[in-house]
Order: sequence, then C-alpha cells, then structure tokens
Amino acid sequence: MKRLALVLSIFASLPVLADSERTATRLTPQYQAECGSCHVAFPPGLLSKADWQKTMARLDKHFGTDASVDAKTHQAILGYLERNAGSRSAPQAAAEPRITATNWFRKEHREVPGSVWKDARVKTAANCVACHSGAEQGRYGESEIAVPGMQRRHEEN
Amino acid sequence: MKAFIILPLLLASAGAMADTPLRSLVYYTTAARQNQPDFSADSMRGQSFALRKWGVSQSLPSCATCHTDRPGEAGRHAITGKPIAALSPAASPKRFSNPAKVEKWFKRNCNEVLGRACTSAEKADFIKFVMEDQAS
Repeated sequence: MKRLALVLSIFASLPVLADSERTATRLTPQYQAECGSCHVAFPPGLLSKADWQKTMARLDKHFGTDASVDAKTHQAILGYLERNAGSRSAPQAAAEPRITATNWFRKEHREVPGSVWKDARVKTAANCVACHSGAEQGRYGESEIAVPGMQRRHEEN
Repeated sequence: MKAFIILPLLLASAGAMADTPLRSLVYYTTAARQNQPDFSADSMRGQSFALRKWGVSQSLPSCATCHTDRPGEAGRHAITGKPIAALSPAASPKRFSNPAKVEKWFKRNCNEVLGRACTSAEKADFIKFVMEDQAS
C-alpha cells in the first residue's frame, strides 16, 4: 500500500519535473553578474548548446548592443552554458537564437493575452521578471506569477 | 612625468584602500592629466555629456536614455525594460566601488552610445556629476 502511494505520488509529480527541469540549473554568481545586468540571467536550459555557442560567438553585437566580456570570462561562461544547455533549439534560420522564439516558450505562454505583451511594465517578452517575480533567482514556478494588469485592483499601484 | 609616478602608486594601493567613487574619480583625473596637465573634473561638463544625444545608436542615443537625466533616479534598460539602480552612490551605495566593474561598463556603454571609447577626462567628469547628486 505504501508502495502504491509512493508510485502514485511520483506519477503526480512528473509533469512538474518535466516543466521545471529546464529552469532548474543553479545560476552562478558569475553568470548572474555578467549576463544578468541588462536582462534577467536566463536559465541555460532554455536554449541548446549550439544556440549558446552562436550567442557567445557574437557578444559584441548582442541583440544590437555590445555585451562583450574578457576572454577568461567568456570561456568560463561558455563552458557553464554548454554544460547546462537544454535540448530545445531556437528556430534555425535566426541569426541570433531567441528563447522567446522557441516552440516551448510559445506553448508555455499561449494563454497570455496580447494586451499583456504590450503593457508598458512588460515592454518585451524577454522581461521575465515583469510577471515571474522569482526570475532573478531563476524561479519560474506557477506560484510566483503575477501578470501586470491582471492583478487585483489594490495591487495596481 | 609626475602622473607616471602617481599612477603606479595609485594602482599599488588598490588593495589596501577601500574602493570608493572618489578613488575612481582620482584615478581617471590623474590619467586625464597625462594629456591635459591642468585638467580638473567638472560636474556640469559631466551632466551635458550624460544628456547628450550622440546620434550613434537609435535605441540607446544617450546615457540618460537608460539612466534618466538625474543620477539619483533609478533607470530602466531601454531595450529589455530591466530596472537599473540609480547611478548616484548616495542612492546606490555599491556604485563606482569596484574599479574593474566601472571600467567594464564604461567600455560597453561608451562603445554603445558614443561609438567609441570614452576618454579619461569624460569618465572623470561623469563620475563627478554622478557623485554630486548627493547634494541635490
């Protein structure tokens, strides 16, 4: 009986595991400092190894900005990303892989109304922390989602 | 020649002395004096530098685009929307307290906004402007 309960609980937790494994990697202080200043330090599991290699190869022209780091830092961060990359690839044609262009991202956010993406507090789909309050620390769980404009009135201001 | 002696001294003392905005200001002022012996940092010049639209980047035309026109005010990255802590050390105590970080951001942001590296004089003026916000 005990075993049955255990088996059941494992099954019940499976979808949760499958979902969070992509964001489960620990964000190192170096990664957060170097790649979490202009935007949230994105979980490495959200892009494939090849995507990260592509991204790191042109940091001086990183989505229209200069995000270059010194050679030693570059090597350390590339290694960290390669070790923790996921299996999901961004669309191949893109010059710069975008997490927000992956099928996974689109599917996960399919219920988000178009008006939310246009909200000034959100500004861009890359602004994870606008809705995911734990994003800075790499937490994207359901319990920590607060979508601007969809909160209760007293939280509006 | 004087600067030639002072600079290594400054660098050598980096470990012993606490890193402060003032230290960065002294460092860049000393460097600027190599080319311009009578240089002294000026916050008004720093302010016009920070507000100037350089015409290089469309999305990031000036320092103020992301950092606002007041150092005491928190900013926002113009492309990603991520909040940026105020530049003024009075408002954000950690600001300009790590020389390597200061250099890193001047390198990136100057490249971005001015399309070239900033001179030591420009950096000194900028830090002076940002530090003087304490008074306002």
